[in-house]
Amino acid sequence: MKPRVFAAFVAPSLLMMLIFIAAPLVSVFAQSFYVTQPVFERVEVETCTPSFPTAICTTETKSRPVLDEAGEVQTQTRYVGLESYRNMLQLDRVGEALSSGRIGQILNIDFWSALRFTLMFTLITLPIVIVAGLAIALAVNNAVKSLRGPVIFISLLPFIITPVIGVLSIRWLFIGDGILTAFLENMLARDIAMFAQGWTIELMMLFYRVWHVAPFAFVIFYAGLQTVNQDTLESAIVDGASRWQRLRFVVIPHLGPLITFVALIHLMDAYRAFEEIVGFSSQSHVISLQWLTYDLLQPDDAGNRAISRASASAMLTMIGVVILLIAPVRRAWREHKGFR
Amino acid sequence: MTYRSILLAGVASLLATTASADCAFENDTPVSMLSAGFEAWKAVSDAMAECGNFSAELDQEFRTKQPEAFSADPSLYALGGVSNGTITPLINEGLIRPLDDLVAEYGENLNDNQLIRIDGQIMAVGMMVNTQHLMYRADIFEDLGLEVPETWEEVLAAAEAIEAAEVVDYPLGATMKSGWNLAQDFNNMFLGFGGSFTDADNMPTINTEAGVNALEMMKAMTDYMDPEYLVSDSTYVQQQFQQGKIAMANLWASRAGAMDNEEESSVVGLVESAAAPRATADGPPATTIWWDGVVVAKNISDEEAEAAFRVAMEGIDSEMVQGANDAAIWLVQGYEPTRLAQGAIATLQSQPGATAYPSTTAMGLMHTAIGNNVSAYLTGDKDAEQTLADIEADYITSAREAGLIQG
Repeated sequence: MKPRVFAAFVAPSLLMMLIFIAAPLVSVFAQSFYVTQPVFERVEVETCTPSFPTAICTTETKSRPVLDEAGEVQTQTRYVGLESYRNMLQLDRVGEALSSGRIGQILNIDFWSALRFTLMFTLITLPIVIVAGLAIALAVNNAVKSLRGPVIFISLLPFIITPVIGVLSIRWLFIGDGILTAFLENMLARDIAMFAQGWTIELMMLFYRVWHVAPFAFVIFYAGLQTVNQDTLESAIVDGASRWQRLRFVVIPHLGPLITFVALIHLMDAYRAFEEIVGFSSQSHVISLQWLTYDLLQPDDAGNRAISRASASAMLTMIGVVILLIAPVRRAWREHKGFR
Repeated sequence: MTYRSILLAGVASLLATTASADCAFENDTPVSMLSAGFEAWKAVSDAMAECGNFSAELDQEFRTKQPEAFSADPSLYALGGVSNGTITPLINEGLIRPLDDLVAEYGENLNDNQLIRIDGQIMAVGMMVNTQHLMYRADIFEDLGLEVPETWEEVLAAAEAIEAAEVVDYPLGATMKSGWNLAQDFNNMFLGFGGSFTDADNMPTINTEAGVNALEMMKAMTDYMDPEYLVSDSTYVQQQFQQGKIAMANLWASRAGAMDNEEESSVVGLVESAAAPRATADGPPATTIWWDGVVVAKNISDEEAEAAFRVAMEGIDSEMVQGANDAAIWLVQGYEPTRLAQGAIATLQSQPGATAYPSTTAMGLMHTAIGNNVSAYLTGDKDAEQTLADIEADYITSAREAGLIQG
């Protein structure tokens, strides 16, 4: 392909990537070093609010933003360096906890508690998703031809459901005396409250994520299984290889690049866990990094939002994803070069 | 003036106006409104719609949309529905207009009580008040021979008796869903113990005896509650009542009507309300007072503002209240308090009285800091002092970033 033609084909998507990925990233990066805040003035304000039988008026000193001539809030922006990152990481408290030997106290800091859960969540779901996906793919591949269509359709359903709806359905199955909680209580003859402690909520989150993502792994692996070299398989049978040995030495090496691909996508997605936190309203027990960013961006009743810390939190999340992806990306790169 | 005389005045003014279901004037200017989506706002926006050319957006996310929508020029909505918590950004950014002229011209049916004055100017017209107060199962209290509790100590004693009698799943319910709800429950208790959130320099004053007392009382309450209390919001508590699972809760007055809704409730006529319990024997009720009302955007023409205000007046007139009497504790003339409103009225009339929820920028930040930290105390991860210190540290971090405190 001529360079000009190549450029013409690539340019539109490159432009889109610049506008929608690179530019916001740069802007978030820059915002994490600056703080923009309104200029406040202190005023005595008398406020009258309804009551019975008459209104109550109170006079208080309140801080109010100063408005300029155009009626806009006056703001000032200043460079704060790494302060937003320091506020997120709170390294002084981490140091204190480490030196006093009470390491558990680190988890009282939002960022570290979120990191703990996010990493745990990502690394536990990864192998389960791959094994479950592979198992379904092998099962479907060995199923009778006439059954395959319906089985594929049913296995894909969890993947099609909107994530938040999936989380909420699981929530409703378990919350209070939900059907499944009632069923478990019946089976075990004891009172169960799935939303009363962190570890049961985390279990439900893990279950949800595997249930939701395994079909994706399945589809990819199932496609891969269609291209396994039948001659190799047959010669393996002739050599007396067992079913397990055929899987171990023929099928899985063939699927290797696909496994890396699924792992890559899953690491990226799971590290951004968010629906689970919102859907299970678990923020008392468990939070994730993505939720932390969201929480900082969410305005409170008075309209405040912590843009700078949210930017710092987003950058820290991105750095985490990059670190996690180094291993699988290197592996993918080696496999890519190996095939040439 | 007693409450009854307001009522009589309302009835008298009702008789004076001719009873027609329609709007008093033909509105030909397009008017739109953004407000919360609960029952009372549905009734009000339906009444406004009778004037024609009116569209309403009832959205529980209204508070995040309103400041942005009102800062557009022209504003995307002429009218906004606010409460004393959510009016703060609109006032701070100068996005709503003073209503004194419009009230003088078209507000002849308003009580003085409805006019929300800030710095002497009328900035909003209130339509209802809301507060968290005690709701209890009168039948259970009667069967067990219990007095209606007036302090939280008495609530705990009653809960103990109800638990021993094993008549419900859990004696107590509470809106302790982590985040906003949990923080609000702390606020109630904290104010009940005589606490105040910040000083004049916007520095936090949470880490005090009142703070410790409030946390300890909340922890004591959880012994009698559904262990899943950290996911229980107002709707959840309302349903626990309706399904006969709890016997008491400090719940929003706006939820009282649902107890007698025959389609949902299995306890119709059995739930009564009383003043919010006090935290100390001679303190104020441990609750806050809220109002909901209408504001008019600044970035619209005077003609539009006039039409919008007239439509709003039609929306909160006594005809609307007649059709939706039980939807709220209305401030509007013609409201007849039913037995379910007794708790709210008793709370409002108590001496010393409960305070209104403070509408300040600092309070917004404080509310978030409290909501993010209290659960760690309740789950046993932190002790009370540590929790309060962490609330103060979180608050200071965000107040610095917001520019409220320097350095």
